[in-house]
Amino acid sequence: MRFRVPRIAPSEITPQEVYLSRRALLAGALATGASAVLPAAEPSPQGAPLNFTVNSQYSVKETPNKFEEITTYNNFYEFGTDKDSPSHEAHTLRTRPWSVNVYGEAEVHGTFDLEDLLKGQALEERIYRFRCVEAWSMVVPWVGIPLSNLLQRFKPTSRAKYVEFTTLYDPRQMPGQRVPVLTWPYVEGLRIDEAMHPLTLMVVGLYGRVLPNQDGAPLRLIVPWKYGFKGIKSIVKIGFTAVQPRTAWNVAAPDEYGFYANVNPQVDHPRWSQASERRIGAPFLAARRPTLPFNGYADQVASLYQGMDLRRYF
Amino acid sequence: MTLTQRYRFIYKPLVFTACLLPLAWLACGAFGWLGVSLGADPVKELEHEAGKTALNLLLLTLAVTPVRELTGLSQLVRLRRMLGLFAFFYVVLHFAIYLVLDLELNFATLGGDIAKRPYITIGFTALLLLIPLAITSTNGMMRRLGRRWQQLHRLVYLIAILGVWHFYWQVKRDIREPLIYVGILALLLGYRVVRAWRRRRAAAALQRGAAAPTAAITSRSGSATAPERT
Repeated sequence: MRFRVPRIAPSEITPQEVYLSRRALLAGALATGASAVLPAAEPSPQGAPLNFTVNSQYSVKETPNKFEEITTYNNFYEFGTDKDSPSHEAHTLRTRPWSVNVYGEAEVHGTFDLEDLLKGQALEERIYRFRCVEAWSMVVPWVGIPLSNLLQRFKPTSRAKYVEFTTLYDPRQMPGQRVPVLTWPYVEGLRIDEAMHPLTLMVVGLYGRVLPNQDGAPLRLIVPWKYGFKGIKSIVKIGFTAVQPRTAWNVAAPDEYGFYANVNPQVDHPRWSQASERRIGAPFLAARRPTLPFNGYADQVASLYQGMDLRRYF
Repeated sequence: MTLTQRYRFIYKPLVFTACLLPLAWLACGAFGWLGVSLGADPVKELEHEAGKTALNLLLLTLAVTPVRELTGLSQLVRLRRMLGLFAFFYVVLHFAIYLVLDLELNFATLGGDIAKRPYITIGFTALLLLIPLAITSTNGMMRRLGRRWQQLHRLVYLIAILGVWHFYWQVKRDIREPLIYVGILALLLGYRVVRAWRRRRAAAALQRGAAAPTAAITSRSGSATAPERT
């Protein structure tokens, strides 16, 4: 007995013609109207192939989940709270042009075009385990750059103890933001040593192609030893701060979602166990597996938390 | 065709079939029949849909009395047992999916969940409380239990509260859908509270009316008939 998810081509999930035609309309409107102030909309690069090298040193040997699974089962509340809402709704997000504002305790500040930020950065594919705080998991072939490579360009000062990330806030593009399920915009953060860790990835692609909108295009964070909600999507701001950022889920329910959110089978969520997880796409009756400390990345990252009470700093 | 025949040959088979439709949909999704897909996590979908169907049927069962009284269609009560038993069926299905497909028969986790996770504790309690109601749903048991049957079956109010609470509590953040259930349950239970209050008032008035002549005579002797509301 095994469920079959019908194969869906990526183009079927979010028909390209639909947003291309919207883009044409928009471009027309811009040309007649506010073209002087607003940059012209560009065609969506979603699904375009990327140039990258495979980083097998940092990749797990497990079989990755199907593209369909990774792109139709998403927690991206900016596009609705059902798992399949983002795959239906995220076509409204315009990912080009895209700029990122850098602020705080660093020598280099300012607003940068995403293309400029990525220029000269070598993209890598890394197959990481992905563990959601809801006790399901996947294996995902991300394409991105180590976050440290990006952050070093801004020359953080010694006062930079944390890095704060912010998602785009625009309810017209992100209709889920009209519903106050979380405090918008979504904010996430890492301690600077976590942010600089070689496993921490700034992701721009999936399965060798430009990241689909529902997975957090055009720029998202992946911290494989932490619960998925730390992996903030559609990032428009990166700040270097001296104080711990007030992160979205931690603000919403501090007793349920900690700032650290390291995957830890010994510290349960107050409402469910974190001792095991179900692998999405695995066969019936063979999907549940034990959750590993730090999601299996303990050898690489446990030292970051030496001497810390991980029950307290969950 | 008499009313009894219409219920037996038309209405009851129709309701029976309707109550099986969610099961048919879940089966299609589970086995990929008729192109029904349950998405990337079919286990959660099966679990949640069975649970929600159970809640829907439980609320429908509770709606029978208000609808009867408000519309005068008193015969509707003939459908109530079937709705209640189907609610029980889907609760058991919901639990079976949770135990077999979600926990994969890990009984240690089941014990831990029931003991430690309040939303599972109350959901499981609701399931246990439904068992005596299902067992005593037959005509024979109704006769045998007499007055106590009704007293026992008032447990359904508690069960419905536990069921809706169980739903509300397991939702991560977006409580809009469980709030709809809370609202409907509040209406259904509120109707009964208002009705009980009105009946008591009517009974008191009746008693007052009946007692009035004597009360006039014995009014000095005590406050037994003192009007509570005038």
